[in-house]
Amino acid sequence: MKNSIITKALIVPGLPHPLLAPEKNPGWQKLRHAFEEARKEIENSDADLILYFSTQWLSVLGYSFQADPKPSFTHVDHNFHALGSMKYEFRVDTDFAKVYAAKVKALGHNTMLPNYYGFPIDTGTIVAQKLLNPTNRLPAAMVSCNMYAEKQETISIGRAAATALQESGKRAIAVLVSGLSNRFFVKEVDAKDDHISSAKDEEWNRKICELLSEGRLEDVAQVAREFGKEANGDMGFKGIWWLSGLCGETNAFSGKLHGYAPIYGTGNAVVTLTPKEPVLARTPDTTSNAIIDAPGAPEPVGAYPHARREGDFLFLSGVGPRARGKKEIPGVTQDSSGKVISYDIEIETRSVIHNVKAILEASGSSLDKVVDVQVFLTDMQKDFPTFNKIYAEVFGKIQATRTTIEINRLPTPIHVELKVIARV
Amino acid sequence: MTKQKGKIIAGVLAPHPPHLVYGENPPQNEPRSECGWEELRWAYERCRKSVLALKPDVLLVHSPHWMTVVGHHVLGLPHFKGISVDPIFPHLFRYSYDLKVDVELSLAIAEAGKQKGLITQVMKNPDFRVDYGTICALHLMNPAWDIPIVSISSNNSPYYFSNEVGQEQMLQLGDATREAIEKSGKRAVLLASNSLSHRHFTTEAEIPEDMSKEHIYHHGQYLWDMQILKLMREGKAKELLAVCPEFFDMASAEVKAGALAWMLGALGIPDYPATVHGYGSVIGTGNAVVEWRAPEVRL
Ligand SMILES: [Fe+2]
Repeated sequence: MKNSIITKALIVPGLPHPLLAPEKNPGWQKLRHAFEEARKEIENSDADLILYFSTQWLSVLGYSFQADPKPSFTHVDHNFHALGSMKYEFRVDTDFAKVYAAKVKALGHNTMLPNYYGFPIDTGTIVAQKLLNPTNRLPAAMVSCNMYAEKQETISIGRAAATALQESGKRAIAVLVSGLSNRFFVKEVDAKDDHISSAKDEEWNRKICELLSEGRLEDVAQVAREFGKEANGDMGFKGIWWLSGLCGETNAFSGKLHGYAPIYGTGNAVVTLTPKEPVLARTPDTTSNAIIDAPGAPEPVGAYPHARREGDFLFLSGVGPRARGKKEIPGVTQDSSGKVISYDIEIETRSVIHNVKAILEASGSSLDKVVDVQVFLTDMQKDFPTFNKIYAEVFGKIQATRTTIEINRLPTPIHVELKVIARV
Repeated sequence: MTKQKGKIIAGVLAPHPPHLVYGENPPQNEPRSECGWEELRWAYERCRKSVLALKPDVLLVHSPHWMTVVGHHVLGLPHFKGISVDPIFPHLFRYSYDLKVDVELSLAIAEAGKQKGLITQVMKNPDFRVDYGTICALHLMNPAWDIPIVSISSNNSPYYFSNEVGQEQMLQLGDATREAIEKSGKRAVLLASNSLSHRHFTTEAEIPEDMSKEHIYHHGQYLWDMQILKLMREGKAKELLAVCPEFFDMASAEVKAGALAWMLGALGIPDYPATVHGYGSVIGTGNAVVEWRAPEVRL
């Protein structure tokens, strides 16, 4: 696939154990072998560079791009210092870093191109580089993970990498350095007794591994938020949004799970994804004035999106209590003909707020950024006191402006709807 | 002869924005500035004068940028030297440090923590790079670097359970620290290296020290900070600890990392007022330099 900007996408863990102490535990050894297999898959690749996004390189001021052509240092992990030191010298494609930074800057983000002796490259990137690209055969590029970035922004940073590759006429191996479930043991555990912290985390990890081994990158990106929340995903597992944004937001990959094992209670997998179709940059990027459909919110009942961003403001369509993919409406009891027998305004209100939150978060905003709310109730006298109480629980501290209106009827058999404006 | 009982002579909320070091232009820091963040730098000057006059034998720092996940770690070698580059603000902070560790006290704290059922670890890798939170706080408190230090990591994992559980563990670590200090016979100053509200701007002024661009991230964060400082000034540490778990979430407060609770725990949850030497914002975050001086410690 000559025209594909991505020759291979990888997901690898960033803890130092497979590099520094594989012999201490069979699981760590398994990951070491998995890294080895992944390295073999890419050793003859004709890619021009290897591009890293590590959840351990955190930034605040937008995004950073490693710009030291030959960074070298002796690194020691903050937590696992007893495993030993990691001496490194890398080769960096600084031309690509500059092109990529320019693309991200054009999206309105602050960018930085650090080129300083001693700039701390994170453990994850070092481990991945040493195990995947040990001879510096491929020059590397590294982008930071913004602490505050949400889904849409992270996807757009992935897409910008694709545009940068396309423009540079370069092909890359894309590496996401991220663990899966990220719940460390809070007690010291003998290496031999290492296991995943909780059964729930384990189940989630297995599910993610299964999807990835089927090559379903975009499907994993879609469930990442839930995974992040339920299994304490590494940085909310937001790195997967970057990878998916970069790789075309599709499931068109053949996946291979090379290994999955616990490290100090956390879940870790080495996965390679080979594109089945050429990966191309999508143009133009519309993220700054995007029309947003939130996967967690109920399907619209007309020709409108969940939200629309204009500048720094986000306008939400009216949101009711319906739940996505379900016929029953939370809090509403209907007979077989659909007639409402009874309803519980408290449950409906909570469900509305849940949906508003889902839409805001899918748009890179959040409840605390709400500036104005219009409330529609179908029975002011009966429902207002309960509604008002639930509302105050969530919005009391937020102090958005509010207008409450009684109306005859809403388009579906619901009794409360919110119209929200928020900052992004 | 029996050793005199050691004592914590002061506790300081000692935030570590690298901007304050950058604004000062010390010889150890490579980037140069014209000025910047004077309110906080002068607050540090006042605090420094007050604390160093007590002639402490050791400075202890708890920093959120030495982040550990398995246990509370202490530096366990006598000497560390190197360059500290802030990963987030590398253009402002590239600092050559050279510091001496009070290993005996460090080990005693690790041991006392263990006795209390905490997980503690002693860091003995000579290549280890000391985190910039520790370096900044120490530089701001004692730029001469002539007092040995103890550096304690910020253990994040108890917070997996809840803010309350995390805070409780930091209080215990504080107790362990006090016991170890008392046994050591030393006069110690504790530095809790945390800012208060912690929302950063995600953009930076063309000239980083352009103070016309500096202000708190938003008013809600300011109100929270003032509420917290009011409790400090009124000597209500117990009440302060009670609101902290909410403060963490509402103001993304950096004190979540535990330094403040550790210090208040070590001070025995003080019921005497603290001195706020100054408050100011750094790239949107709220920072205060605050000193707790036990009433019986007088000059
Ligand atoms: Fe900090």
